[in-house]
Amino acid sequence: MAKITAGVATSHVPAIGAALDLGKTQEDYWKPIFDGYEFSKEWIKNEKPDVIILVYNDHASAFSLDLIPTFAIGCADEFQPADEGWGPRPVPTVKGHSELAWHIAQSAILDEFDMTIVNNMDVDHGLTVPLSLMFGQPEDWPCKVIPLAVNVVQYPPPTGNRCYNLGKAIRKAVESFDADLNVQIWGTGGMSHQLQGPRAGLINKDFDTAFLDGLTQDPQGLAKMPHIDYVREAGSEGIEMVMWLIMRGALNDDIEERYRFYHVPASNCAVGHIILENQ
Amino acid sequence: MSSKSITPKRQLAPGTIKFDGTMAKQGYALNKMCYSFNEASAREAFKADERGYCAQFGLTDAQIKAVLERDVLSLLKLGGSIYYLAKFAGLLGLNVQDVGGLQTGMSTEAFKARLMKIGVDHRAQQEAKQHG
Repeated sequence: MAKITAGVATSHVPAIGAALDLGKTQEDYWKPIFDGYEFSKEWIKNEKPDVIILVYNDHASAFSLDLIPTFAIGCADEFQPADEGWGPRPVPTVKGHSELAWHIAQSAILDEFDMTIVNNMDVDHGLTVPLSLMFGQPEDWPCKVIPLAVNVVQYPPPTGNRCYNLGKAIRKAVESFDADLNVQIWGTGGMSHQLQGPRAGLINKDFDTAFLDGLTQDPQGLAKMPHIDYVREAGSEGIEMVMWLIMRGALNDDIEERYRFYHVPASNCAVGHIILENQ
Repeated sequence: MSSKSITPKRQLAPGTIKFDGTMAKQGYALNKMCYSFNEASAREAFKADERGYCAQFGLTDAQIKAVLERDVLSLLKLGGSIYYLAKFAGLLGLNVQDVGGLQTGMSTEAFKARLMKIGVDHRAQQEAKQHG
């Protein structure tokens, strides 16, 4: 049977993708960030996942305000890098796992999570920057990826608790898929950042650290945190961190924190990254 | 969770506009225009005739004025979502740090330096913890 073995969370700051694409990884500003992922790149080489369920948010690239799905799962065979307003990133086409994606969609919907099924969708930096951070610049991505887009643009986004419980439904779905697959789940976005308004540039490392601690030690408690706490403490776009709770919900209660990295700044954001392994 | 609050609890989120239904309704045309910038041909059409392009999408006079003046704070108040306005900024060759500077009344360099300082202070604290 298919099995979720590990979870990865990481920021998906677009400027990190641009730095990699433009060959700036060794510059003083960017080097500490890319160095922070060296462990993770080695780790994933050994883990060799077959499929990654990649939780991210679309940044007005695939979805306009005409149609705003709270949870959208990509069931197609492939997904092209999106033109986000400055041309698509020069990264490989993302190959999906259509059978598993459909299975998760069906299982989760019957579990009363109303997923939007997507058969055609371009994927933006929210999805491709995490792949770049973990895999570098390969000719093809080394595994299949199921995009799971979460609305965090239009209020209200889903609650942390809803995200945590969706993770549990995803775990149940994966474990009932009849194929021997090593599956990882990734949560992306965050950490603290505010792009809009006079408070732009807000960074709250104490909040970020407590969030990482909570993710490992007390996810149920963390899932109860209301939206306003994210927005007030971690900035207007810090709300993206609710997506990390989908990752955590899909893991066992009993996990081992394998790695953690935190750095300020990348562009306007704090970069956070954690690897959790199922026990 | 026990996190250190950086703003008083009574203040919900200062300087922050919640992009809710009311804002989305007000900003629908503006955000739709920004979404169009995902296509290269639209970016060219906007550059060729900014006012005409705005009018084509049915922006209000106040929104058009704010677009022409690159007035990000006004665009936010008039229903722009930062995720959509980022496309407008990108088209102008501005990154989010430039936009951060514009909104906080700082130069981009000063805005970047402020964020760098937070990072430097953080690392100093970490080191002190390790050695102390």
